[in-house]
Amino acid sequence: MSDLLGLNAVAARDALDKKAISAVELATAYLGAAEATAGLNNYVALTADHALAMAAESDKRIASGEAGLLEGLPIGVKDLFCTKGVSSTACSNILKGFVPPYESTVTANLWAAGGVMLGKLNCDEFAMGSGNETSAYGPAINPWQGKDKVDLVPGGSSGGSASAVAARSALLATGTDTGGSIRQPAAFCGVVGLKPTYGRCSRWGIVAFASSLDQAGPFTRTVADNALMMTAMASHDAKDSTSTQTPLQDLIGAVGDGVKGMKIGVPKEYVMDGMDNEVVTLWEQGQAWLRDAGAELIDVSLPHTKYALPAYYIIAPAEASSNLARYDGVRYGMRVDAETLDGMYEATRAAGFGDEVQRRIMIGTYVLSAGYYDAYYLKAQKVRRLIKADFDAAFQTVDALLTPATPSAAFPVGRKIDDPVTNFLNDVFTVPANLAGLPGISVPGGVTSDGLPLGLQVLGRPFDEASLYRVAGVLEQAAGFTMTPARMAGGAA
Amino acid sequence: MSDLVTGRTGDWEVVIGLEVHAQVSSKAKLFSGASASFGSAPNENVSLVDAAMPGMLPVINRECVYQAIRTGLGLKAQINLTSVFDRKNYFYADLPQGYQISQFKDPIVGEGSLRIVMADGSTRDIGIERLHLEQDAGKSMHDQHPTKSYIDLNRTGVALMEIVSRPDMRSAAEAAAYVRKLRSILRYLGTCDGNMEEGSLRADVNVSVRRPGGPLGTRTETKNLNSLRFIQLAIDHEVARQIEIIEDGGTIDQETRLFDTATGATRTMRSKEDAHDYRYFPDPDLLPMIVTQDEVDALASALPELPDDIRDRLMGEYGLSAYDAAVITEERDTARYYEAASDGRDRKLVANWMTVELFGALNKSGKSLENCPITPEKLGELVGLISDGTISGRIAKDVFADMFETGKGAAAIVDEKGLKQVSDSGAIETLIDQVLAANQDKVDDYRGGKDKLFGFFVGQVMKESGGQANPGMVNQILRSKLDGA
Repeated sequence: MSDLLGLNAVAARDALDKKAISAVELATAYLGAAEATAGLNNYVALTADHALAMAAESDKRIASGEAGLLEGLPIGVKDLFCTKGVSSTACSNILKGFVPPYESTVTANLWAAGGVMLGKLNCDEFAMGSGNETSAYGPAINPWQGKDKVDLVPGGSSGGSASAVAARSALLATGTDTGGSIRQPAAFCGVVGLKPTYGRCSRWGIVAFASSLDQAGPFTRTVADNALMMTAMASHDAKDSTSTQTPLQDLIGAVGDGVKGMKIGVPKEYVMDGMDNEVVTLWEQGQAWLRDAGAELIDVSLPHTKYALPAYYIIAPAEASSNLARYDGVRYGMRVDAETLDGMYEATRAAGFGDEVQRRIMIGTYVLSAGYYDAYYLKAQKVRRLIKADFDAAFQTVDALLTPATPSAAFPVGRKIDDPVTNFLNDVFTVPANLAGLPGISVPGGVTSDGLPLGLQVLGRPFDEASLYRVAGVLEQAAGFTMTPARMAGGAA
Repeated sequence: MSDLVTGRTGDWEVVIGLEVHAQVSSKAKLFSGASASFGSAPNENVSLVDAAMPGMLPVINRECVYQAIRTGLGLKAQINLTSVFDRKNYFYADLPQGYQISQFKDPIVGEGSLRIVMADGSTRDIGIERLHLEQDAGKSMHDQHPTKSYIDLNRTGVALMEIVSRPDMRSAAEAAAYVRKLRSILRYLGTCDGNMEEGSLRADVNVSVRRPGGPLGTRTETKNLNSLRFIQLAIDHEVARQIEIIEDGGTIDQETRLFDTATGATRTMRSKEDAHDYRYFPDPDLLPMIVTQDEVDALASALPELPDDIRDRLMGEYGLSAYDAAVITEERDTARYYEAASDGRDRKLVANWMTVELFGALNKSGKSLENCPITPEKLGELVGLISDGTISGRIAKDVFADMFETGKGAAAIVDEKGLKQVSDSGAIETLIDQVLAANQDKVDDYRGGKDKLFGFFVGQVMKESGGQANPGMVNQILRSKLDGA
């Protein structure tokens, strides 16, 4: 088998089971790909020894007929996940050198299903960013390029994950999505990314950004791969009080079920000033594809959509300001000594946290302060309930919603970093699902005239990921998205 | 009973409210599986959650919730079926998360009340405002190293109940009675061991003074008092300090104070201006805590009889004094001992023997009821011997001392030593005749008007009988012989 990297996950599983390839061969190919595309800076730690050892175990299990769902598939892990014995830093200097003695539930599930760990992937520091530019390891780069060949961001915060899957230096990758951190980079890099329903995947062992919004999910090349990986990731976890006991649907089976008879809502509020025309065109194209496949398209209204972003940028920093208090230099990670305890806190946190993280801690501290709590945090929570009510009402009549994933294609590295407010606008279409706890998936739909991928987003009812996969499967097939990025391992493009 | 304090310019009324932190009796901590036991080596009982490692999440220990509900039921308080855990944010080295998980707006237990009994037997009902669950912090040790502080996280995350009273107390004695009673209820329920020395029970006292009937004064809060004595000393000091300031024309600063156990004085810890902004908000790692009415009902039906109920029974059915009843019911073990000892006996007499002789002997020997050499059945047996006239109260004291020393039964000692009371009137008459004959001069004095000598004759007869003569009969026969002749 010459083009190991060309196999998607479902195909690779098939080839492994048929012994056409070995897990060690596959892992070796991906480790090589990661090194070949090191310039994309999407890995912050390669764990070759782990990968080869795990792959060897996979080969044994395949030989003995005990293969798991993801047996032998090479997986990159966002650095936000704690991985036992492997550096886990949330791409922050304050956690430099931190090696957890425990494994996050999600990654433990993946390894239990036979997954092979390639290494840790770049992301925005503490998942705070929309371009992977706030990472202490420097920006990850999008393997796609426009005609001007300028380096583009892969999106964020799970930028390294999207970049690696697109560049074929990881077959599968984990991400987390707090305000769009899976769906937006998936759209920017032309891959499939799912944010499951809040509570579907355990948060245990994932460095917290905003606890009520954070949710782990899969990055894959195809919709079927995504359903496969998601099936292995999800579990009820008694160690996470917000983890659901709702049984997981048959996601793998749902991918090919089609949309005949489904009602798909098109929310009229998902437009904004400065939105690319090409994004609107793709959105309309997506509606046509679904209609052609037998779905009924229905215009719906989600009237509080415009308040989602401001509410999000109060709630997320508020939770973050408290979640990040534990990084104090006392027990692990970076410590900058000072004369007094307060002095040590200040010096450690000033040196350890980057600008964006400090900005959000300050915003969060402010909105929770006495005298401001009611005006900001409490009001934002009320808005959140209204947004949830909007969705609840819409889902009375429709089975899923179709929206653009992002207002634009990937932007150049460095262009927006100095303008936080513009940066925040990247999340405008993705944030509402986090506030409402709903599942959302981003599927590549086409490319811009400049040759950059654009994504379509499908949102669904809580714990109805199956409907998302039905719709996403149809969109994927209709779009026939076969383009590959300029800077891809193996150079098959 | 007036509790007013007289100053230079007139009378002052003291207003006291208490916040008691009671460590929940449980095997594991409030949100982690680590042991909540006391006395382990530093940092031995610390889980990844307690140390606030990245990505760790709290999971509620349901048993701690049940303990809080039991306590709420014991305080006749409202149980809130939905309550919320909030984060109280502040930085300190012994607070790994950078926040304490507590309950701010929606506590598990709402309003209740607690009845205190004063030394004179009078009672007062003190309002309970709320009870909420929260995490304890760790311990900073500043005296282990010349330049470093050490941190012990064993206590970090241990469940505490913060029990907040209404400002209903009017004296240090009432405050002490409140804490004593609260401690008693907690120990009856088994929800807190009440060990103040180990810090299982500590109180913050809010104190203000005002003119009788006037508007409330500004209060101060003195933190972390871990004995009844310190609570009273701190209040007394605070009251005197506040009255002096106000009478000198000053005003009281609303502030947090510390009690110095060496000097018995309170001093400023932090002023209102330095007060933390704790930025409370609901902990997003935890869902609102829901308990069902069925769960509450099940806990209520399994609740033990509480001191007030037993006390009412002791006073109503057994005719005990309010004070004896309060003393006997303060501890569950004492009440159980009493019930067993007095079963089928003279209830009041057993109460007397317990509160006077037994407690006295225990105190003197440094023993507790737990390792008391006299079983309740044996004390009952002793009282039975008094009641049926087998021995006198006087002899009983000797028998008691012997029992306490050897652990033997009362009847066995009486038999062994031949202490059985003499109620044979002929034998007693013989003794009396001997005593009167030997003290003819005093007999003359008595008959000449020195009535008080009667006691002397009784004493002599009892002495001659080796204490075994029935004192009632001695009195009766002696009187007829002296007065009737």
